[in-house]
Parts: sequence; structure tokens; C-alpha cells
Amino acid sequence: MNISRRIIREFRDKNKALKLAEKIRNLAKKLNDEIKIMHVCGTHEHTVTYYGIRSLLPENVKIIAGPGCPVCITPAKEVDEVILLAKKGYRIFTYGDMYKVPGTRESLAIAKAKGADIVIVYGFYDALRLSKDGKKSVFFAVGFETTAPTVAPHIVNRAIPKNLYLYISYRLTVPAVDWMLSKGMHNLQGIIAPGHVSAIVGSEAWRFIPEKYDIPAVVAGFEPLDVLLGVYYILEMNLNGKPGLVNEYSRVVRPEGNVKAKEYMGKAFDIVDGLWRGIGIIPKSRLVLKDEYSDYDIKKHEDIEVNDSIDIKPGCLCGAINLGMAEPTDCPYFGKSCTPEHPIGPCMVSMEGTCFIWYKFGGYRIIEEMKRIAEG
Amino acid sequence: MNVITLAHGAGGKETERIIKSLFLNYRIRKVNSGIGLDAFDDGSTIPFGGKHVVVSSDSYTVDPVFFPGGNIGKLAAVGSINDVAVMGAIPIAALDNIVVEEGFSYNQLREIVNSMLEVFEKENIALLGGDFKVMPRGKIDKIVISTTVIGIADSIITDSGARPGDYVIVSGTVGDHGAVITAIQSGIEAEIGDLKSDCAPVTRIIQIAKKIGEIHAAKDITRGGLAMALNEIAEKSRVSMIIEEEMIPLKEEVIGLSELLGIDPLILASEGKVVLIVDRERAEEVVKSLRREGFNEASIIGEVKEGKPGFVILRSSFGGLRLLDKPIGEITPRIC
Repeated sequence: MNISRRIIREFRDKNKALKLAEKIRNLAKKLNDEIKIMHVCGTHEHTVTYYGIRSLLPENVKIIAGPGCPVCITPAKEVDEVILLAKKGYRIFTYGDMYKVPGTRESLAIAKAKGADIVIVYGFYDALRLSKDGKKSVFFAVGFETTAPTVAPHIVNRAIPKNLYLYISYRLTVPAVDWMLSKGMHNLQGIIAPGHVSAIVGSEAWRFIPEKYDIPAVVAGFEPLDVLLGVYYILEMNLNGKPGLVNEYSRVVRPEGNVKAKEYMGKAFDIVDGLWRGIGIIPKSRLVLKDEYSDYDIKKHEDIEVNDSIDIKPGCLCGAINLGMAEPTDCPYFGKSCTPEHPIGPCMVSMEGTCFIWYKFGGYRIIEEMKRIAEG
Repeated sequence: MNVITLAHGAGGKETERIIKSLFLNYRIRKVNSGIGLDAFDDGSTIPFGGKHVVVSSDSYTVDPVFFPGGNIGKLAAVGSINDVAVMGAIPIAALDNIVVEEGFSYNQLREIVNSMLEVFEKENIALLGGDFKVMPRGKIDKIVISTTVIGIADSIITDSGARPGDYVIVSGTVGDHGAVITAIQSGIEAEIGDLKSDCAPVTRIIQIAKKIGEIHAAKDITRGGLAMALNEIAEKSRVSMIIEEEMIPLKEEVIGLSELLGIDPLILASEGKVVLIVDRERAEEVVKSLRREGFNEASIIGEVKEGKPGFVILRSSFGGLRLLDKPIGEITPRIC
């Protein structure tokens, strides 16, 4: 068995999970208050819901999802502009989960059905490879600190063919979490920091959470046992009254992160204030190409400014859900008029969107019903 | 909907919706007391002389046309046979329609047709006739095959007869075919290793189970995988189900590929496996007979429960509970 297979098996071990859940229950009994833990990563929400972690936790320990779905927070304006590029004849390279996210009027998937040349890629390498045919193309560069370094070295080394342009839409999670905590919107007792992002930015990037806000933070991986361990450490720190930073994902994340990746990002991009769909402007949370690389920027070549975009349709709770201020089941549309086939907001589209994940795999109120049937 | 998207043909919820919107207004939907269009079952039936004529028709497109474990010809034979077989019938005759793109290789076409005929012959199915056409280059993608299979049954098994208390059985490992095809389509065929499509007729499986009796529902696992098959049975039978993930037979290679592709193996297609809903008193015996006959991975994987109709709950192998919903749309890989 190869190493990755062995890790998967170990970190999904049922007996270990049940033992750890028991320990968590014991700790939770000593902490009478509600312990609200937020993670800020769509993949964490997937792990939590897919493995039914909430159903293993005691009632006073809640896990909520913060802004962690990159395609959910990509503004409609940016989707609209990329669709406009497709209509102007550019081939668009996009990640699979951006494909179905609605802009103001349509998604890339619908644009494709109407004849636009939209190609789903796993990463920037696919776009580079496919661009060898010389066709004018645009890579829709969305995501967080995780995807930005996959493009940055090619920019800095000027290793991108002339026919491939970039539509840069990157957002940064570290300033977003800082901004969110500074607003004091939630009464949080713990943060589970995103493992993939931390592999780049380093665990130390989250030091401000315990130091500035007195909240325990754990950098956690994406196997279910990683997340359960994260919950355990947070309860322990709450019980000790010593909020600190724990790196549970040390098999991947170093304190300083990926220095080389950060260096390339620093060389390729400037950091500016950025709009997050349904949330608003977050200071210093967006990457844009540095002037010296503006020849790669499609916006410098084509006038595609769209000014009538609508991020969130009336009544849709996606904004509050993206921020962890509401649960999908709070939304009157959830599972009724809003489903993955007919989504009203972006959270119901992406595989990392909280509404999509709850609709597919079940969240709090749904868990109660599942328990009743399973045990009945 | 203004235009047809690929999701409408992916076999999930969108396909169901478009089929219903296009066809459900048609008035004559069945023959006498037989099973017809409105049942949306695998096959349809015509009561005849105290027995049932069972018929099913399907068209097949697959990219790539040749894959480890089979090709589009084998798939076209197996697919329609299985839709008839899961209704409890023994397939006896078939018809085929082949549409080929101009420029397609004759040798490849012969190999495809031979594969199809080989399956029919092994199953003792007469090929009564069919149609053959060629389309100009670029007007069709390589080849499309459509087959119709006819069978005879003494008694019919539907996909809507599950009752609370019944056990849920799968006849073998799931997701093999889907894992192979998705891996090739995603450009990681090097990772497939020895894994092959499980493309095979299920007639014997159904007949073995039927002999023991009390089969309340059956369905072959095709597009949408185990998740789709279970959801359809639960929905049509108006019951809930609890499935134990640990008990679901999965090949190591399928788990590995799913992990690599970021896709749940339970939504990957099989082409030679069935779900059986069996009275709990008979379930052990059905599994034992299947294993004795060479279906070594046949397993009880869960139980039918009273509850919200169509609610399929999975106790994950990690211990927690989640929904096992129908797959939605095209299978697209995730960003990170």
C-alpha cells in the first residue's frame, strides 16, 4: 500500500474516531457553555458533513462554516466579464466548480451550451498544454492562496504563451479572517484554519487569532480525524483558558509555509482591497497583476467592464451563509425553490458551497431527522 | 430551460426532470395492466398469455469507444439485457441500430459488433434485426449504438416494492466501470492499473435471487452509481433507507482513483451489478447463494426503514451519518 493510501486509511479509522468522539464528549461536559467553532474552508465543510462529524459531536459543540468557498465569493461581475470574453470568441479555461456558478444572467455552463468554447481544467498546466494550438484563450484564475502560486511562477518567468491571457480573480483568506474577527460578528470559541492555504502561508500566519482575538486556532488537515482532532485541541485550550495556535496538519504545513511560493506570489501580484460576493469589500484581500506583467492581463486587451452585475438575488441568504452568520436551513429557499439544479445563489452550486454540501449530505436540522430514522 | 446542457443527459436529477417534462403529457402510456412509461422503471412490460413480455431500449455513447474490459458494442448489449433482466425476465431476443461516422475504421467497427454479438450469443439471445446508417464526418461523434432487448417473465420485479424491514443487497463491487471511464476521460489512464470495466449481463444474478424468493425490488447500477439506484428505489417505494458504508464492496483501485479524481465512488457507474431489496428473512440466503455461484462480493449493505420517502441515509465508514443523495449533473472535478 502506498503512503497516501496508508494515511487515508489511518485518518478515516472508525475506532479511532469513536474513541476521540468519546474524549470530546467528556471535555464538552466540563465546558457547560456552547462551543462555537468556525472553519473557513469549503473542503473542511465537505469533510465535516460528508463524514457526518456533526452527528458524532455533543450538543454544545457546534461547527459552523465561514467564508471558505472560493467560487462562492467570486463576484458575479467577474463571472459576467469572463462570459463576455467567451462571447467575444476567447476559449475559456476554468476549474470545474466555477463552471456552474451563476453570474448575473447565466453560468459558464449555460454559455457553453449556447456555443461558447469553455474547457474545464484541473489546473494551470492543462491550460498551458492546451494553449499550444495557438487559439486565443483566457485562464479564469480564481481561488485563494492555494491556486495563486500555481500561476505566479509562470508569470514571473514569462513562461506563458502569447495566446493565453489571464483573468485574475484571486482572494486572500488570511486578511478575510482578520477582518471578520475584527468586526466581532460571531461569538467564536475556536477557529479551524484551512490546511491547504496554510501549506502556502504557513501556520504562523494564523498566530494573530489567539494573540489579537484570544481565540484558540488549529491548522487542520482534511481527513475526518484531522478535523476531529482540531475540535479536540480547541476544547482543550478552552478548558485550560489558554488560547494558542496548534498545527495539527504538521505532515503538510510548516510554520513558515512554502517560502518559494510566497516569494513568487509577491513578485507577480499586488495586494488590493477586494469585493467578496455577498460579503462586501474586505481590505487588502485581492491579488492583481503587477504592472510589469500587465501584458498577460486580458482586461488590458479587451474592454469587458460589466457594470450591472447582481451578486445576490433578493431573499437569498448566501451572503450571511458565506459569513457563517446563517445556516442553509435558515433560508426559506433552501431545498425548496433553491436546489443544485436550480440554484438561486452561488452557495448552492459549488461543491465547496455550504448550501450545496448541506443539501447533498445534511446539516444540523437534517441530522436530527437522520438520527431518528436510523435509530428507529 | 432554454437550451439543453450536458447535465440534462448525465443521468441524474436533470435527466429525470427533462424526460418528465417532455413525455409525461402523452396519454397512452402502457398496455393493459403492464408497466409503462409513467413507472420510469428499467424496462416495460406487456401482460401476455399469463406471462409478461418485458422490453427495454437504450442508446449508447461512450468516450472512449474502447476501454479496459470492453467497448461500446459490449456495453450496448449488456445495458439493455440488464434493464430487462432486473425486471425478473429472461432476455430472448434483441434488435440493434448502429449509426457510424464517415471515416470510422472497418476493423474497429467489426470488433465492436463482434463484442456485441458475443454477449448475445452467450446469453442465448436471438438478434432479430436492426438498422445501420452512416453520417457525414463531423455530424456524429464516431459511433452511436441503440439496442432493444425483449424478455419473458413469469413474475415481475419492479423498483418500487421495497418495504420497511427489508434488507438491501448489492451483487458485487460497485463503481468499476465509472472509475475506468472517468480516469481515461480525465487523462489519468496510467493510474488505472489492472482495473477493468465490470460490464457484464446480470440475468444469472437475478435468476439465482428469484429462486430463493421474496425479492421486493431490483435495479441494475448504471449511471449515477449505487447512490442513484438506491435513491430511485427509496423514492418510488416511498421509504427511507440506512446504508452502512463499511459493508459496501469497493475495489482498492476504485477507492484510489476516486480519491485522485475527487469523486465519490458511490456515484460511479457499474455495468454488471444490481441492488436487490429482499425480505430480511431471506437476505442471508440470497447472499449465500450468490457467493456460491461465484458472485463472491455479494453483500448486505443496509436496511429499508419507515420514514421520509426517498431519504437514503449513509452511516459513513468513519461512524457519522450523512445523506446519500442522487448525483447532480456532469461529474466535474473540484478546485482543491
